[in-house]
Amino acid sequence: MAHPAIEAGTVTKRPGQAMGNTMIELRDVSKIYHVGGQEVRALDEASLAIREGEFVSIVGPSGSGKTTMMNIIGCLDVADSGEYILDGLSIDRYSDRQLAHIRNEKIGFVFQNFNLLSRLTAEANVELPLIYQRITMGERKRLVTEALERVDLIDRRKHKPFELSGGQQQRVAIARALVTKPSLLLADEPTGNLDSKTGAEIIELFHELHRAGNTIVLITHNPDVAKTADRMVHIFDGKVYEEAIL
Amino acid sequence: MIFQSIRMAFESITANKIRSFLTMLGIIIGVIALVVLVSLVSSASDSVTEQVSTLGTDMLTAMVLDDKGYPLKLNDLERLSQHPSVGQIAPLTQMVVNAKHGYTEEKSTLYGTLSSYGEIHHWKLKQGRFLRTSDVDNSAYVCVLSIEAWEKFFGQSDPLGETINLGGRDFTVVGVLEEDTSLMSAMTTSVKIYAPYTVLTRMSAMRGGISNFIVTPNNPKSMDEAEETLHSFLMRRLKNDENAFFVFNQSNLMEVVGTVTDMLSYLLGGIAAISLLVGGIGIMNIMLVSVTERTREIGIRKAIGATKSGILFQFLIEALVVSLMGCAIGILLSFGLLQIATLIAKGLITFNLSLQIVMIAVAFAIAIGVLFGLYPAYKAADKHPIEALRYEG
Repeated sequence: MAHPAIEAGTVTKRPGQAMGNTMIELRDVSKIYHVGGQEVRALDEASLAIREGEFVSIVGPSGSGKTTMMNIIGCLDVADSGEYILDGLSIDRYSDRQLAHIRNEKIGFVFQNFNLLSRLTAEANVELPLIYQRITMGERKRLVTEALERVDLIDRRKHKPFELSGGQQQRVAIARALVTKPSLLLADEPTGNLDSKTGAEIIELFHELHRAGNTIVLITHNPDVAKTADRMVHIFDGKVYEEAIL
Repeated sequence: MIFQSIRMAFESITANKIRSFLTMLGIIIGVIALVVLVSLVSSASDSVTEQVSTLGTDMLTAMVLDDKGYPLKLNDLERLSQHPSVGQIAPLTQMVVNAKHGYTEEKSTLYGTLSSYGEIHHWKLKQGRFLRTSDVDNSAYVCVLSIEAWEKFFGQSDPLGETINLGGRDFTVVGVLEEDTSLMSAMTTSVKIYAPYTVLTRMSAMRGGISNFIVTPNNPKSMDEAEETLHSFLMRRLKNDENAFFVFNQSNLMEVVGTVTDMLSYLLGGIAAISLLVGGIGIMNIMLVSVTERTREIGIRKAIGATKSGILFQFLIEALVVSLMGCAIGILLSFGLLQIATLIAKGLITFNLSLQIVMIAVAFAIAIGVLFGLYPAYKAADKHPIEALRYEG
């Protein structure tokens, strides 16, 4: 299932790193933006390690570098300096094309505003990541059904996003993130557009997925949501401050 | 992947039906203009070419304008016909005579020629026979009627052996020609009667030579050589004066007709191609709007694993599908329009959809889809996923 480019020997499994142990490792990662001639250090030598099967929340005020952190973890962006290792792959040496394949196979995104395609049914939205893989139609159907059953929306498969409630839309988005069986679920303020009751349901769904063995990174500014995770990571001015909860 | 891209293209085309249709309209009109105009010209030209070829394209027509005091005689032509490249030769002289049979009297054109004239034109006879060499040698007062002459003077009755008075002399009718359907005969409305050449020279007041004759090559391949022979023969005979005669090659006429209609095809096709190009610009315009509108979609697709080429392909296929759907609709409508044109032409000309122009139209549509789809597709593919996701439409 892994893309050939990723398997093709360019990958160096790092020595001394136990297989399936560390899922994410950021080492002194910096990201600098230039805004109006001024240098903004969105991430300043940030280091972080997340183990397989962990549920980690990343918290911080707006402008702290959370989003930049998420973009780098999600392989949407590449660090200016430092090293990022995802599932044993050192990310900074990949092309756009390879990054797209890594996102497709290793990362499941869940966004604040759901980011479903409004023209497509729930089913088609969930199927979308599989379209970018070489999978037969029958296999795709099976995986989509499985993912929709997982989020308990199988009876809504033919509905379009506007026919679904906010909570249901977010569950469709979670099904889409799950369908490729990614190494990591990456959620950016998944409850931000939901009322507190629905938000709690979504967080409960994440916990269920966590208990089923998924590695989850949850980015939020809501401390109540963040506290439910195994571990909380604070970001402030681009620097990482860890804090164990358990 | 291709199947998926086509499915996605159809989804986004049907999501915006009116806009998609208006975009297609440019291509539809361009394709109709191209297919209908070129088909009209090529059908009309086919019909003209067919008419011209019934006149016989395998012959040369010579006209002597100035005989320099040495009139051309039958034995001159006989000598010319000995040349290996030359097949048959037939002189043609004509006079307008008063034709009379019973109580019917009519001005008619009397042609004087040889038996070879009928053979050169592959004429078939309805009744009797055409002129014979013996008729010419003996200057026999016999004549062959065109079907119009037969109907005029004899109604439906058997004319063979009957006498008809032409210019004050009695001629015996020996044959009737089949109907001549060629365009040339339709252009001359007069009643035509054919008699031996020698009889006409005797009747004619002007005792000049042969001024008009046709020559066929020995075989189709010796056409050029026969033309050369005829030319040098006339040059020798007419004191090397190029302007004293005129040799006309029927196949030249075909070439001229062909050149004219080809040029017309290119001209009209070119104009139609411009309208197709305008249609293509319409596609590009809408695709650019669509790419901007769907920036967020592009961001989502990229986040969940679409590669640059995946996005490029998706938008390119979309432009291609719009262009090809427009092309298909245009071809269907063109077919309908040509059927209507054929009805209006009332069987005179059958307007056919030429397969060649259909293929050109399809090729054009593909080229336009790719050409004008590529830039918007590239713009879509080149969007950065983070910025695309942040886009608020």
